[in-house]
Amino acid sequence: MAKITLKVNKKEHTIDADPQMPLLWAIRDIVGLKGTKYGCGVAQCGACTVHMEGQPVRSCSIPVIGAANKSITTIEGLSDDNSHPVQAAWIEEQVPQCGYCQSGQIMAAVALLQKKTSPTDADIDAAMQGHICRCGTYPRIREAIKKASKKMTVKG
Amino acid sequence: MEPKDISRRKFIRATGLSATALTLGFNFSGESKASTIIKGEDAENYGVSLNSWIHIDTNGKVTIVSHRAEMGQGAYQAIPQMIAEELEVNLDEVNIIFGKGDTVKYGNQITGGSSTVRGTYKNLSKLSASAREMLITAAANKWSVPAAECYAEAGHVIHRPSGKKMHYGELVVDASKLEAPKNVQLKKIEDYKLVRKPLPRQDTPLKTNGTAVFGIDKTLPGMLYAMVERNPRLRGKVKSYDDTAALKVPGVKKIFKVTMKVFDTDREGVAVVAESTWAAMQGRKALKVVWDDTGFDFVNTEDIYKKMKAELQSKEGLSAKKQGDPDPILAQQKTKLDVVYETPYQAHACMEPLNCVAHHKGDSIEIWGPIQAPDWVQGDISQKMGVKKENVIVNMTFLGGGFGRKAFLDFTHEACLISKEAGAPVQVIWTREDDMTQGPFRPGVSYRAEGAVNNGEISAIKFRLCGQNIGHWLGSKKDVPNDSVLEGFQPHYFDSIKNISFSDVPFETPIPIMWWRSVYASTNGFAYESFMDELAIAAGKDPLAFRKQYLKSDRCQKILDKVEQVSGWKNRKPKQGYGVAITECFSSTVAQVVKVSKDATGKIKIDKVWAVIDCGWYVNPDTVRAQVEGSIVMALGAATNHEIHFKDGLTVEKNFNTYRMPKINEIPSIEVIIMDNNEDAGGVGEPGLPPFTPALTNAIYDLTGKRIRKLPFDLAKV
Repeated sequence: MAKITLKVNKKEHTIDADPQMPLLWAIRDIVGLKGTKYGCGVAQCGACTVHMEGQPVRSCSIPVIGAANKSITTIEGLSDDNSHPVQAAWIEEQVPQCGYCQSGQIMAAVALLQKKTSPTDADIDAAMQGHICRCGTYPRIREAIKKASKKMTVKG
Repeated sequence: MEPKDISRRKFIRATGLSATALTLGFNFSGESKASTIIKGEDAENYGVSLNSWIHIDTNGKVTIVSHRAEMGQGAYQAIPQMIAEELEVNLDEVNIIFGKGDTVKYGNQITGGSSTVRGTYKNLSKLSASAREMLITAAANKWSVPAAECYAEAGHVIHRPSGKKMHYGELVVDASKLEAPKNVQLKKIEDYKLVRKPLPRQDTPLKTNGTAVFGIDKTLPGMLYAMVERNPRLRGKVKSYDDTAALKVPGVKKIFKVTMKVFDTDREGVAVVAESTWAAMQGRKALKVVWDDTGFDFVNTEDIYKKMKAELQSKEGLSAKKQGDPDPILAQQKTKLDVVYETPYQAHACMEPLNCVAHHKGDSIEIWGPIQAPDWVQGDISQKMGVKKENVIVNMTFLGGGFGRKAFLDFTHEACLISKEAGAPVQVIWTREDDMTQGPFRPGVSYRAEGAVNNGEISAIKFRLCGQNIGHWLGSKKDVPNDSVLEGFQPHYFDSIKNISFSDVPFETPIPIMWWRSVYASTNGFAYESFMDELAIAAGKDPLAFRKQYLKSDRCQKILDKVEQVSGWKNRKPKQGYGVAITECFSSTVAQVVKVSKDATGKIKIDKVWAVIDCGWYVNPDTVRAQVEGSIVMALGAATNHEIHFKDGLTVEKNFNTYRMPKINEIPSIEVIIMDNNEDAGGVGEPGLPPFTPALTNAIYDLTGKRIRKLPFDLAKV
């Protein structure tokens, strides 16, 4: 066990945990933010995606010690009122069905749009193909990313 | 999200309409009779109850109960949208809560068979209109005016001549004392304000900011976490285990043997209870378990399919439906088709792995989880745990996918056993590997199809199905035919095909099996609509025109006309492959056309899918479209991406690296068209799945001349 400082959504949490515990379980069970989901545990589905220092990462496959003192953003850190343009686009396109994978999908889309403000279909494929949606919301995810891109370009 | 915590109003015990118990089982009647008393905390928390679904507090806040599971298919939207229509309230102003397992209040709650809307809409519309009429009468009595001069709108009753207005909260106490009207006028489709409108789903905002509470997100004060190392051979026992190392893992509290029921078989495992999910996982890794597999058949996939093929060649099977007699006709034919189709075992692979929070408190039990059938779970836990039914509280959370798996009763029972032994509330989480390897699975099914054409007409068809029967695991007799043989087959084919038979060649393995989205239609549809295509080609007919020739019903003709028109079927160009299929299940018919071509490297690519659904009366067109889109993606995965294999009785695929899901870059453009008519409601969650695969393989045949009869297949290697 070790004392580790986590900076999640701009808030510091000092936790006492097994340094090898994946960041996912530290966020869920210790910090108590449940929006980030467990899907596979082996970085194959993308449900656990959060941002670390602005980059999308699979929190199920990063030991919590590797995230110490780094800036972590989870779905809850985007906005709680769905005002982030990606969240707004997701609502307009009515993307979610069961919704379980969507936190990860949204975090990946936000990271993509931070890098490329007007992504092509190929950019979307490349950024999103590590993310599984069993409900099959893929066509709507693509449309929502394009819509969010427009919102962000107009805004910016 | 859990139910929005609205202010608690003084509970007024109300009389009114309440559903009485329906028979257990797959009952879709949705009818319920008037009863008298609402009890339980819903009514206490959410105001005065006008019936089991509608509660209004004295401020006018309306709470609607969604008594079916929300697993992505939209019940959480559809039920309130139907109720709000007849009740005359604005949907975005109401609370929506999940109903607990309670057959007395809600009737049948099993969320399966695409039954939520079609099984409840008539009843819920009547209940809601009755509640509205009671509120109108209460206002009329208050104002001493005729009720006929009053109308309801947006949560208010208005007196038309004077313009006087009261909100429902001011009327609900009086309304609840009135006798529910026996006959109420339901709205006409053209007068709908909410139903048939593509309203945004009420659960969407909860699913875009991380606040939707799924089973895995539920916590309780003092809750412990558990993982279970279960016998990997799908059933069987623990011979011995050594927990010395596991108990030394920091955070591990208790380790014990646990036996859960898988149908009527026992599966033993060793539970590790700990202070965190991670500690439970680490403790489990450190366990040493010796299994006792006595009596277990170490099945292999290859052997299963070899045996099924042999059975189909040597046995007639149990006759499920026969019209005319295909045998003598087939015997006379010099050239006839005689082919075998094979479909794989599949895992449900819901994105949210199984999990359940259970709190065994001695003489009562409360559980929370991604539960598809809260009423079944209540009865099951009561029986297996020896606790009175009324003391078993079953709470549904949002479900991260269901597809039939979460209607199974193993994981909820196991969680109760673990909480009892641990003496604390416990969350049991299945890893992805647990979830994927331990079943129950969709059964792999093989088919033998024989048929002949004469002068461009079908002269005979003989179908035999060989595969495991879900009914046998649920206790039905093994010497009667599998009534699922016909699932997916468009019944109007029987109007015009004179000599046709379907039979079921029973087949058993120790692999536990369960409903998987669209159930037998998911495999039958492939066999039946592939064979129709083979017959069309043998008859020298256009496959779409051939189907029109045999499906004479007005609805089928309209569906086929529509899909022909939108897909540009008649204007197909060279180097484009078009395939069509039409299937019926859960009272809805869906036709699809798939268009394929070859990319620059010569690989098959799917350019477009057109889907036309006739589901009769429906609630939300956007949800209907979403369900058909999702069904197509799920069918695509099962046709071209993934399959469960068994080797020595063990499941081979354990995670998404080998059970490979379709990804965003593999998804074709999909266009969904809904037929508008005044027919009764059909299902929506499943019927879009079965026609996709045969439409795809028929399109591939059209492009390449290659007939695919075994699933899954690799699109890149056709």
